[in-house]
Amino acid sequence: MIPAPLKRLFAGRHLAFAGFVTILCIAVCALFAPWVAPSDPNEIDPPARLLPPGAAHPFGTDHFGRDTLSRVIHGSRMALLIGVGVVVLALAGGVLCGVVSAIFPRVGLVLMRAVDVLMAFPSLLLALALIVILGRGVENSIVAIGAVYLTTTARIVYGVSLRLNSESWVEAARGMGGSTARIVFRHLLPNLLSPLFVQASFVFAFAQLQAASLDFLGLGVPPETPTWGNMLAESRIYITRAPWLLLFPGLMIALSAFSLNVVGDAVRDRLDPRLKDAFSTRAR
Amino acid sequence: MPTLLAASFLVFIFVRLIPGDPAAVLLGDAATPEEVANLRGEMGLDAPLAVQYVHWLRAVGRGDLGRSIFFQVPVLELIVDGLETSTLLALMTMVWIVCLGLPIGMLAAARRASRFDQILSGIAMFLASVPTFWVGLYLILIFAATLGWLPSSGYPSIFGDGGLANLRHLLLPSAALAAPNAALIIRLTRAIMLDVAGEDYVRTARAKGVHPALVVVRHVFRNALLTVVSALGFTIAALISEAVVTETVFALPGVGRTVVQSILRRDYPVIQGVILMIVVLYLVMNLIVDLLYAWLDPRVKLR
Repeated sequence: MIPAPLKRLFAGRHLAFAGFVTILCIAVCALFAPWVAPSDPNEIDPPARLLPPGAAHPFGTDHFGRDTLSRVIHGSRMALLIGVGVVVLALAGGVLCGVVSAIFPRVGLVLMRAVDVLMAFPSLLLALALIVILGRGVENSIVAIGAVYLTTTARIVYGVSLRLNSESWVEAARGMGGSTARIVFRHLLPNLLSPLFVQASFVFAFAQLQAASLDFLGLGVPPETPTWGNMLAESRIYITRAPWLLLFPGLMIALSAFSLNVVGDAVRDRLDPRLKDAFSTRAR
Repeated sequence: MPTLLAASFLVFIFVRLIPGDPAAVLLGDAATPEEVANLRGEMGLDAPLAVQYVHWLRAVGRGDLGRSIFFQVPVLELIVDGLETSTLLALMTMVWIVCLGLPIGMLAAARRASRFDQILSGIAMFLASVPTFWVGLYLILIFAATLGWLPSSGYPSIFGDGGLANLRHLLLPSAALAAPNAALIIRLTRAIMLDVAGEDYVRTARAKGVHPALVVVRHVFRNALLTVVSALGFTIAALISEAVVTETVFALPGVGRTVVQSILRRDYPVIQGVILMIVVLYLVMNLIVDLLYAWLDPRVKLR
């Protein structure tokens, strides 16, 4: 039932496999939210305010009487959207910067210096500064968080590309008259795939935490959209009256980040143990 | 130094990237056209960007970071006000991280592959994935709202009434902030200790008959310390920005909360000033880590 490559990847790694299944479940919930959720996430029902978890509402209800389970399920849509958006932006930009810098040392000098300068800003602060300039919103959250991880990705890609670029088989390809494009597409990019896959899972995990922080501070996705961070921000004043309101969205953030991290670890160890060094400094 | 200059240039153009006239942006909505015109002249907005930057840098060098639109006081004053809380919060967080992260990491390495190690590694991994503000909210619920042992918000200065006892206001925030970072240090310490334990000189020491505990302390830990210390340094630097959220949750009067409130109030001079200060601090911390690394490892020579 389970495809062979997956079986090999997760052999003897039960935690990583559980993480993988969790991610799949969250993705399915996100894609089919309107069908999976028991009710409309924005349906207000004042008599049913702040109900504890029960048969009618398994995760309870919030201060507007909205069903928390439905809101958590719909929140996974934004989590998936922002995660995918940030990963695409960070990886596409990071690969472009990193590979170009490794191939053209003069351009690299300037580009990597720029990356250094951006890395002088603590990650959340850089995201906040970008939000100030761009304004809040879904796309802007993606751009702000994506820009942060673009820099770390560019650093990793640059390092690996430099190493690959000096390998004897790449030199041989060049000596045989291989064009730059050929070297990039035939030799560099295929060998970058495994570190990029690992980086993608870590960036996805950090994007969850950063997006939740921005939402919680009131600087991320507009408050009317159900996201896990927004749910926590709204329910924090009911912390003593309805502590379950904080439990489920927070658990979902932690669970998704945790699952992505364990899967990332497993993939890294399986694909290339040497990569441990490249990722040892965490991408915060 | 070049990085610092380039970073300061980014902070400088930050206000100019916000849509609208920079002078009007810096003065806020309540400003009159005359005030805007005056500031335009003062900032030399008609001069080339490079000239404006040099002017701004000179002002910053004199400690003039502009005035807060909301509070109508110099930005530097607001930053200095928040510095006590933020510094103490960072220090207490580091105490948690060092006191929990190092021993637990060493213990996990000593009993590698045991049940104890597996459970601990799982917990550490989970804590590293938990949002600090969520941990903070639950700490408030348990220790402040339910048990009533510790205060849930605010921080009165230790130089005022109450003295050092006021530090209890920072116990919960520092614990929340420490949780994910301590988890990372546990994982790192464990990994490095195991790495070093496989080295030849450790085997030699064991073969010489050195007491196993002494081998761990003198040979393994000492060599593992290098990497751990540099990781701790980077953690302090990371705390500066992570504290932004924690200070908001616990309503602490620190620099991080100032920046969030200034963003919500569109108080751009304060945002600019605080970002500049944090970036300088961050770079200085990284420099200290590099120097410390060189001092701890005789193989690294400073050029």
